[in-house]
Amino acid sequence: MPVRVQTEDFDLTTEVAQLRARNPAIGAVACFVGTVRDLNDGSTIASMELEHYPGMTEKALEAIVDEAQRRWAGIEVLIVHRVGKLAPLDQIVLVATTSKHRGDAFASCEFVMDFLKTEAPFWKKEETEQGARWVDARESDDAALARWGVASGNASRDAG
Amino acid sequence: MKIQLKFFASVREALGVADETVTLPDGIVTVGDVRGWLRARGGVWAETLAEGRALRMACNHVMTDPHTRITEGCEVAFFPPVTGG
Repeated sequence: MPVRVQTEDFDLTTEVAQLRARNPAIGAVACFVGTVRDLNDGSTIASMELEHYPGMTEKALEAIVDEAQRRWAGIEVLIVHRVGKLAPLDQIVLVATTSKHRGDAFASCEFVMDFLKTEAPFWKKEETEQGARWVDARESDDAALARWGVASGNASRDAG
Repeated sequence: MKIQLKFFASVREALGVADETVTLPDGIVTVGDVRGWLRARGGVWAETLAEGRALRMACNHVMTDPHTRITEGCEVAFFPPVTGG
């Protein structure tokens, strides 16, 4: 299953080359790379620590790949997500999707990112001038997932 | 029933515990029951796991809701809304 959680950096060119290798049926590759910004919610970010749930994270990402492949038949998906300490400019996540034509590649790439944002067990802690703080989930991420007809688990405020 | 508990991110920090094995009393049958049982410990447990607090939960590595039934030896996790990507 093309899902990896790692502390090391990744190289987009190498990853895409491997994804496309020996598959002449592919006519389109769409990629998204998420990176660390130096400013968030008005504070300067010195570094960021990405925590995850080993064992569950991989399963959650595989479930997202399965769901994307159910919606867009014939696509291939690669997800590489980094964990540990990251600095501004560092790469965080890579999602690459392949298909015969661009429409499915673009759409499935965006779908996988929207799903990952609210359904994969990762948490960011930022180191700022005011001290360390956990990044809050954004309602805009719930809205992004809602466009695909999926309710975000982050949005539910259960009664206990 | 004996189960494994796991806590992550801000929930882990607030509770001061990353994982724990617990033996549950009779009558604790769902993930939501476990949350309530832990809340009864009081202090940071009552505060962090309070009703209405945004909290996500997983049972055996799958996102779940409070109504999911727990089983012997299962792994139940509590954590804040996720923020990857």
